[in-house]
Amino acid sequence: MQVLIPSSLRSYTRVSRVEAAGATLGEVLADLDRQFRGIRFRMLDEQDRLRPHMRVFVNRLAVHDLAHPLRPTDDVAIVQALSGG
Amino acid sequence: MARSPVQPPARKPASTAAARRPSRAALPRRLALLVATRKGAWIFRSDARRRTWEVDGPHFLGHTVNHLRLDPRDGRTLLAAAKTGHLGPTVFRSTNLGRSWKEAAQPPAFAKAPEGSSGRVVDHTFWLTPGHADERGTWYAGTSPQGLFRSEDGGVSWAPFSSINDDPQFREWMGTVQDGTPDGPKLHSIIVDPRDPAHLYFAMSGGGVHESTDGGRSWSPLVKGLEVVGGFDPGTITFHDPHLVRLCPSNPDRLYQQNHCGIYRLDRPGDQWQRIGRKMPKRVGDVGFPMVVHPRDDEVAWVFPMDGTDVWPRTSPQGRPAVYGTRNGGKSWQRLDAGMPDGQAWWTVKRQAMAADAEDPVGLVFGTTSGELWLSRDEGARWSCIARHLPEIYAVEAAELA
Repeated sequence: MQVLIPSSLRSYTRVSRVEAAGATLGEVLADLDRQFRGIRFRMLDEQDRLRPHMRVFVNRLAVHDLAHPLRPTDDVAIVQALSGG
Repeated sequence: MARSPVQPPARKPASTAAARRPSRAALPRRLALLVATRKGAWIFRSDARRRTWEVDGPHFLGHTVNHLRLDPRDGRTLLAAAKTGHLGPTVFRSTNLGRSWKEAAQPPAFAKAPEGSSGRVVDHTFWLTPGHADERGTWYAGTSPQGLFRSEDGGVSWAPFSSINDDPQFREWMGTVQDGTPDGPKLHSIIVDPRDPAHLYFAMSGGGVHESTDGGRSWSPLVKGLEVVGGFDPGTITFHDPHLVRLCPSNPDRLYQQNHCGIYRLDRPGDQWQRIGRKMPKRVGDVGFPMVVHPRDDEVAWVFPMDGTDVWPRTSPQGRPAVYGTRNGGKSWQRLDAGMPDGQAWWTVKRQAMAADAEDPVGLVFGTTSGELWLSRDEGARWSCIARHLPEIYAVEAAELA
């Protein structure tokens, strides 16, 4: 499926949309890490929680659970809620 | 990365010209100041004369860089502890003095907690220490919240080191985020005895100073003689807040410490810290963060006092910045402020942001919270500002490049 990558993570992917596979959000993020080594740890901490200000939308709806099931036709958007000075 | 000559703000037209057009007699620019800031890192290079500086940067623009260090064992490898805004913390590595960087394959991270319990999360790597000269490729890292990590492959992969990260006693001593510094409690001042790679020290803000003589298998608190905030029990390790500990390279049995509650010296094998800050002038006090030692003379050390009265303004006392130096192990202190503003200067210097080089006479350098870099080529006697308008400076190291 297509995954939208935020500008802050494009040093890993070089492009804004990448292809990734997996039956759940967690599997898709693991697939991204296989393709772009290190990217997962920038989004998830070592306890497998999304880092603060890191948001994921599936078909425009916010998703917080890594076990959330995904279909190959889903549109996944990773967004960073930037804040601070 | 941009690489261009820096124009010193000081009135020195001749040296500016020299910076643009290196003369044939130019010495190799082997001296580097590694400057880590809240929004990136910069490398300033000069020769042994330290008259003109070439600036290389920004590296990692927009990333918070807490520490940038050179591996003294090869003079070429740099490690940077970085975190971008809300992205996770990581360590970057360069083997060509910053021309290119590669992220660590496995940055410092706590162990995953068992299902149902909540584990800790590294917010940022705060401190980097190269390992012993005989242990090439070994590095130590201290994190916020307090964690101790080691790499044995030059900083590519990191693993929790010793048992302290998950030890119940240490977890109690570390306190909570509520007890820590504004951007999180920290493990810092990781020191390797140059005579013995198994002899280690580290310090925690808060959580005291600790020593191991068996390569990290066991640790003992080293806090006798250190004071804590009035009304609290110095016997409780949690209340100890060492800001920075340094070991004298010329005498590894001597340690100096800038603490939340004063300046101290410790001569081993003794275990009783002496509050040498009592000899500081009363109106300045002995609160501060940096602590710098002379590379060849264990009687000489420098601090940068900070206003730690009432609400802890954390500025230069009275808005008059100054380094204080001792040349007799802390029996007396001299104010060293020639060339610095004589008033209305409210910046200060963070704990990692002051360093000494190895030249003779020793060069001292500090970076300010207002983004200025100040240098003395004569052990603090005279100061000049060599860079302005940088982001808030978190750390400065002086290093000798290969």
